[in-house]
Amino acid sequence: MKMTGAQAMVRLLQKEGVEVVFGYPGGVVLPLFDALYEAEGIRVILTRHEQGATHAADAYARVTGKPGVVIVTSGPGAANTVTGIANAYMDSVPIVVITGQVATHVLGTDAFQETDITGITIPITKHNYLVDDPADIPSIMAEAFHIASTGRPGPVLIDLPVDVSRGEIDFTYPERVNLPGYKPTVKGHAKQVHQAAALIAKARKPLLYVGGGVLSSNGAKELKELAELMQLPVVTTLMGKGAFPEDHHLFVGMPGMHGGKFTNYAITETDLLLGVGVRFDDRVTGKLATFASKAKVVHVDVDPAEIGKNRPVDVPIVGDARAVISAITAELRKMNAEPRTDAWMHVIDDWRARYPFHYHTSETAIMPQYVVERVRELTKGRPTVFTTEVGQNQMWACQYLRITEPRTWVSSGGLGTMGFGLPAAIGAQLGRPDHLVIDIAGDGSIQMNSQELATAAINKLPVKVVILNNGYLGMVRQWQELFYEHRYSSSTLPQDCPDFVKLAEAYGCFGIRATTPAELDDALVAAFAYDGPAIVDVRVEREENVFPMVAPGGSIDEMLGGIPGGPVSEMLDEELFEEVWE
Amino acid sequence: MKHTLSVLVENKPGVLTRVASLFARRGFNIDSLAVGTTEDPTISRMTIVVSADETALEQITKQLYKLINVLKVQDLDPEEMIDRELVLYKVSAAPERRHEIIEIANVFRAKIVDVGRASLTIEATGTGDKLAAMEDLLRAYGIKELARTGKIALARGSRDA
Repeated sequence: MKMTGAQAMVRLLQKEGVEVVFGYPGGVVLPLFDALYEAEGIRVILTRHEQGATHAADAYARVTGKPGVVIVTSGPGAANTVTGIANAYMDSVPIVVITGQVATHVLGTDAFQETDITGITIPITKHNYLVDDPADIPSIMAEAFHIASTGRPGPVLIDLPVDVSRGEIDFTYPERVNLPGYKPTVKGHAKQVHQAAALIAKARKPLLYVGGGVLSSNGAKELKELAELMQLPVVTTLMGKGAFPEDHHLFVGMPGMHGGKFTNYAITETDLLLGVGVRFDDRVTGKLATFASKAKVVHVDVDPAEIGKNRPVDVPIVGDARAVISAITAELRKMNAEPRTDAWMHVIDDWRARYPFHYHTSETAIMPQYVVERVRELTKGRPTVFTTEVGQNQMWACQYLRITEPRTWVSSGGLGTMGFGLPAAIGAQLGRPDHLVIDIAGDGSIQMNSQELATAAINKLPVKVVILNNGYLGMVRQWQELFYEHRYSSSTLPQDCPDFVKLAEAYGCFGIRATTPAELDDALVAAFAYDGPAIVDVRVEREENVFPMVAPGGSIDEMLGGIPGGPVSEMLDEELFEEVWE
Repeated sequence: MKHTLSVLVENKPGVLTRVASLFARRGFNIDSLAVGTTEDPTISRMTIVVSADETALEQITKQLYKLINVLKVQDLDPEEMIDRELVLYKVSAAPERRHEIIEIANVFRAKIVDVGRASLTIEATGTGDKLAAMEDLLRAYGIKELARTGKIALARGSRDA
């Protein structure tokens, strides 16, 4: 069938099952937007900035498990997607970004709105394409979606010159992708799976250390099965939140810089660390030499390059997290292995009881942690997706929310992108129309993409933004307080500029402010009940810090702040452990 | 320790950039790099010499495999490979000294490929050691210009299946 390249692109989007496209038009991408104009089954969400479109697509992918799609124009349009692409790359999120490009005959001449976006994005995409022949469109589209969503997921960019999208092709669906250099391993090696199971069966202090890979592979159910079978305690990283229910008795919190003391103690003391879909990120490990230094390490990851990258591993298993977890569970069943973590759980429960997250409550000032706790309580029982901005707001959300379902937590992990939360909430709401979607925000981050309030309002997406407004770039200020002698260089923001209530109203959203603890619940309830997007401007205690905290480069069991407790060597009552163990 | 990687890649635009930028951004140093098509015109071979310890080499190999266009990465065993470089030397050669230089070239089985009034251009191929020895001798006469290809290598036939 004869059609233009742009029409073929749309046909292929339909074939991939794409229902939502996030984008922003411009000169050279007009043929594609024209083909989308009456495309059946595809809703085009016009954001107010290409970065917003990219973050929205990223969040859409995280909550649905389907690749998010972005279509923008060349030059500045393409360049504006770069932060969003880098974010998706760091957090292994499948998105396909289609950029318009100047015509092939002027490529390389610094033509109007030309930028070498394939060159720019080589380091931050899983793969990218510059299409120079319309006939290649079907195979490139099929490859792009395949690469983005399989193996370790990630962003793929397709750069489409305007003459290529206008060119005519004889369209046929590609039968299959042909990528000789791309064959991700799914099944774990049987011998290594057996070794892992044998280690679990005889470990005294095992610990599952779980990350985003379990969510990408949709392995939460299998993870729970394994944990419960062997009564293995589970820690989930910031990226892994939701992979294991946070109200489960085996859940031991989030590790790392602002993780639980009890969590970091457990990691420091474990004799068998089972890393699944994690990458031993520096924010998790702190000083590598002392991270889980008593443990044998099993590392399961679909990306072989992550295994042994930061931490030497005893049992490496390359494979899909879900497939490998299932195989390990099956192996343990075959061995008739029995749980033997009573004594270990006893120690962990004791730490959890003695070193919970903690803050000083106030009658007059609203503590930011209290806000997150109230959000948690007021949304209990209601299906909710949480997104966050980046900084203190994000860490308090990590510490005080209870995420219990996979793919209901959307936060910028690896890149730490301020301005992610609001566009992410928009993408999440489109992916989960029946959920309440709440962005836990800071007054700094929200201003980096607040233009997307228009996108939420116009598309009737009832996202709620809860701003922990402390008039600072809070995390920057905290570091300056702790490590730069209170010199608050460029980190102060006036709490009332902008007036966030008026800002909400300017976009036709609902805005409400809470300045005392007594006003907080009413404001939150009003916003959550409102049939449309809403902002809650919560004036919180300005100089509250996120504690506990591992100093940069420090050992994770030596934490500042929180409830006093020394390094784990002083914390573990070996005699008690031996007693329970007997 | 120096390693000679033989990397088979799809012969497509931009592949060299992908490989080179991977080395740069991950902080791996390339000593030399040579690229050309293979017996199959859709596939190119890159011969890359890197200085790396075992851990770094493993990471380089794994990161290379993550590039979609990379088909195969081989760390060639120095005992079991044939490696060659090609060098062109333009050497200062007054007429009375030409004879000596030609003699040196002959000893190293190099060829004189151009003769000027005051210079000789020599084409030499061989392993790095041989070329270094020759270069050392030629330096006494004055090397005016030099161009080299970077190493290319193949595993020895005895290693074939």
